[in-house]
Amino acid sequence: MTKESTSPYATAGLGEDDGSAPEFTVFGGDWSEVAEEAARLGEQRLVFNMGPQHPSTHGVLRIMLEVEGERVTECRAGIGYLHTGIEKNMEFRTWTQGVTFCTRMDYVAAMANEAVYCLGVEKLLGITDDIPERANVLRVLMQELTRIGSHLVAIGTGGNEMGATTVMTTAFIAREETFKVIERITGLRTNNAYIRPGGVAIDTPDDSVDMIRAMIPDVKQRLDELALLQLENPIFKGRLKGVAKLDLAACMALGVTGPILRSAGLPYDLRKSEPYSGYETYDFQVPTSTDADAYSRVVIRLEECYESLKIVAQCADRLEASVGEPVMVADKKIAWPAQLSVGSDGQGNSAEHIRHIMGESMEALIHHFKLVTEGFPVPAGQAYAAVENPKGLLGCHVVSDGGTKPWRAHFRDPGFNNLQALSMLTQGGQVADVVVAIATIDMVLGGVDR
Amino acid sequence: MTDVDNTQGGELAPVVPEGRTLINVRQGAFGASGDTSGYDGLTRFVYMPDAAERPYGSWFDQVVDVLEELLGDDASAAIESVVVDRDELTLHIAGSHLLSVCRHLRDDQDLRFEMCLGVSGVHYPADAGREFHAVYPMQSVTHSRRLRIEVSAPDEDPHIPSITSIYPMNNWHERETWDFFGIVFDGHPSLARIEMPDDWVGHPQRKDYPLGGIPVEYKGAEIPAPDERRQYR
Amino acid sequence: MSEHTDAPPFIIGKVEDFAGWARAGSMWPATFGLACCSIEMMATGTPRFDIARFGQEVFRGSPRQADLMIVAGRVSQKMAPILRQVYDQMAEPKWVLAMGVCASSGGMFNNYAIVQGVDHVVPVDIYLPGCPPRPEMLINALLKVQELAREKPMLRHRREIAAAAEAAALEATPTSQMKGLLR
Repeated sequence: MTKESTSPYATAGLGEDDGSAPEFTVFGGDWSEVAEEAARLGEQRLVFNMGPQHPSTHGVLRIMLEVEGERVTECRAGIGYLHTGIEKNMEFRTWTQGVTFCTRMDYVAAMANEAVYCLGVEKLLGITDDIPERANVLRVLMQELTRIGSHLVAIGTGGNEMGATTVMTTAFIAREETFKVIERITGLRTNNAYIRPGGVAIDTPDDSVDMIRAMIPDVKQRLDELALLQLENPIFKGRLKGVAKLDLAACMALGVTGPILRSAGLPYDLRKSEPYSGYETYDFQVPTSTDADAYSRVVIRLEECYESLKIVAQCADRLEASVGEPVMVADKKIAWPAQLSVGSDGQGNSAEHIRHIMGESMEALIHHFKLVTEGFPVPAGQAYAAVENPKGLLGCHVVSDGGTKPWRAHFRDPGFNNLQALSMLTQGGQVADVVVAIATIDMVLGGVDR
Repeated sequence: MTDVDNTQGGELAPVVPEGRTLINVRQGAFGASGDTSGYDGLTRFVYMPDAAERPYGSWFDQVVDVLEELLGDDASAAIESVVVDRDELTLHIAGSHLLSVCRHLRDDQDLRFEMCLGVSGVHYPADAGREFHAVYPMQSVTHSRRLRIEVSAPDEDPHIPSITSIYPMNNWHERETWDFFGIVFDGHPSLARIEMPDDWVGHPQRKDYPLGGIPVEYKGAEIPAPDERRQYR
Repeated sequence: MSEHTDAPPFIIGKVEDFAGWARAGSMWPATFGLACCSIEMMATGTPRFDIARFGQEVFRGSPRQADLMIVAGRVSQKMAPILRQVYDQMAEPKWVLAMGVCASSGGMFNNYAIVQGVDHVVPVDIYLPGCPPRPEMLINALLKVQELAREKPMLRHRREIAAAAEAAALEATPTSQMKGLLR
């Protein structure tokens, strides 16, 4: 790789044929012919694509595998197939509209993205301590519900990729239970732009606490089913125990956070070490293991779902106790003005809000107009906020030039970082373990590619 | 983005204090097309917060003291400025000393910033001679705290040393920053495009690269792409 | 049963109808889930919404065995050639459902990285808006695809209809020229 070249591209040395290995370029041919020829030439090494379109790659991920027989000798991940230009697009939208963009990065746990972005913006605004208590409770509730949803997708699709479809259907039924609550409170099942700079978009309807309390035992029952179905199953154990091991030194070298780091023995959880949104006042534990293999990570994810349900129950109690309190910061020049409700012709601004801004208060009308069309200006500077995503440490770097639109918003997605570990998890193992390794990293390509 | 610095040589040319980043020169209040509000002639210079004076507050003094002690004679050359803003510590580091600073940050037991949370590239076209900033948030697991390292590079020679030899986790992050900004990380094992297709021309997240949208067609009307619309900045 | 009625013991119908009935009842989608819409598509396959009642829960990994490509999610510039390749590998008859606004028109991402509508790359039969569309909306779209499959003309009949549709499209007014509709 020490070629004399000013081009920084790594592929500068590619294409030089030094005749060391026979090359077969296959394009829609017959595998048995290729394998026969390879065997005849005495070479068992094949390089192939586990391409972007694949049922088991958790999204559009390209994996370049070099295998010798059934053993993986080299594994490289190619990403960028879902690159959306979200970060650049956010520079042309107001700070509040940025929430709708960043929520679509990690689309499985949408509101965690919103939360980290809003924490960053609030740091720039300097209103972190002014966020109302009820808004923080709602943020915690939403983040925990999406955490449960994300872990259920991880466990469910992991089971599906190994051939156990019932695991996926059970996990998704449980997920639907959480979606019923999320939809009742935020209005959407996913990609909800609910957590906004200053608080949350809208207060909860009256029956939401009862709905939450009714949901908890349903989800718990499904989690018990998943545990019963998988954890003592000899096939499951055979496929996951001892597979995709990543010990603590490797985790720290690669900056891997989340369930993978906790399975290696370090109980590192940002909700405990650097609490935000009032997490220090909740009673929950951080499941940890020392086995560092795929099996222990599934157990950790299931345990984290139970802990999240504990937090959700505490949130329900606090919501009941704080009925009527504001959910947006008091500063009218930042707080999102609109109050939505469902009327006779569909969803729109509630009649009281229209009456208030049109009939009662000129300032309210001006605020509504300016905040929705122009947005609020944020003092110049930069800030960094980090939260504990279901997948690890999600960070957000926001830079403001004093205007109503971000100068730069960059997200450090845990999936992007953790996917670097794929080579270490798979090399030396078998091809079937690659699928397990990808499922255990649990990255979401939307967050990886942004 | 059309906020380009066109005030060189005029009476509006800013006097930029040493080490202070000029984020942007805001011309007028609206973006691309014509402005009827009369604010077109308004020029504002927006700066990052000033370099901080001692004492910095909370744990920042201790960390900077330890780092300066470890760097010894190189300290004043390495640490260009220290900014304390919004409860966050930012150290502006000269590129040539980046590797030694990172090694101390990772290894010394009082510092112990084990994780580098990636590289965030930022493009400040108005900051002449220091257009590209690479921002490295450093996370300490042991001490549960975070600081920021910022390195600048000029547009003509955007080279910054790669810290993958100290923080291997930065591998893909540096590739992404090269892909989007064109900052070349010297010493990176394989600096190739990672998000854009391999044969893409240009570096998309630079400020002079257009957003690239297409006009939106409605029945009887057409709205221009987001970066060409008339919108309040 | 033929002892009870005077009806003759055979059924008469068009080949098109039989083929359409068979195709509509066993449409197999190809896995082309890209982004957020793919999660909603997976949710549609799960028991709460359950497209197994329409015979469509078998998502085929291989495009050779699939009839319907549900492009679920945003298609980036890097992914577009692969989208076309998978479409080409599907055997006729095939249908394409653009699920979500990103697949239909580029959605909220009007920028350098996203193809502004997969109809730039593959011919689309049904456009389904939504961000993401609810599973019920997807089921509605799938039922419409079933209708298309049921009504699909064959052989010379199909060529005539396709030629007529193309001529009509060439004559039609472009969207941005459709003025005066708000009166």
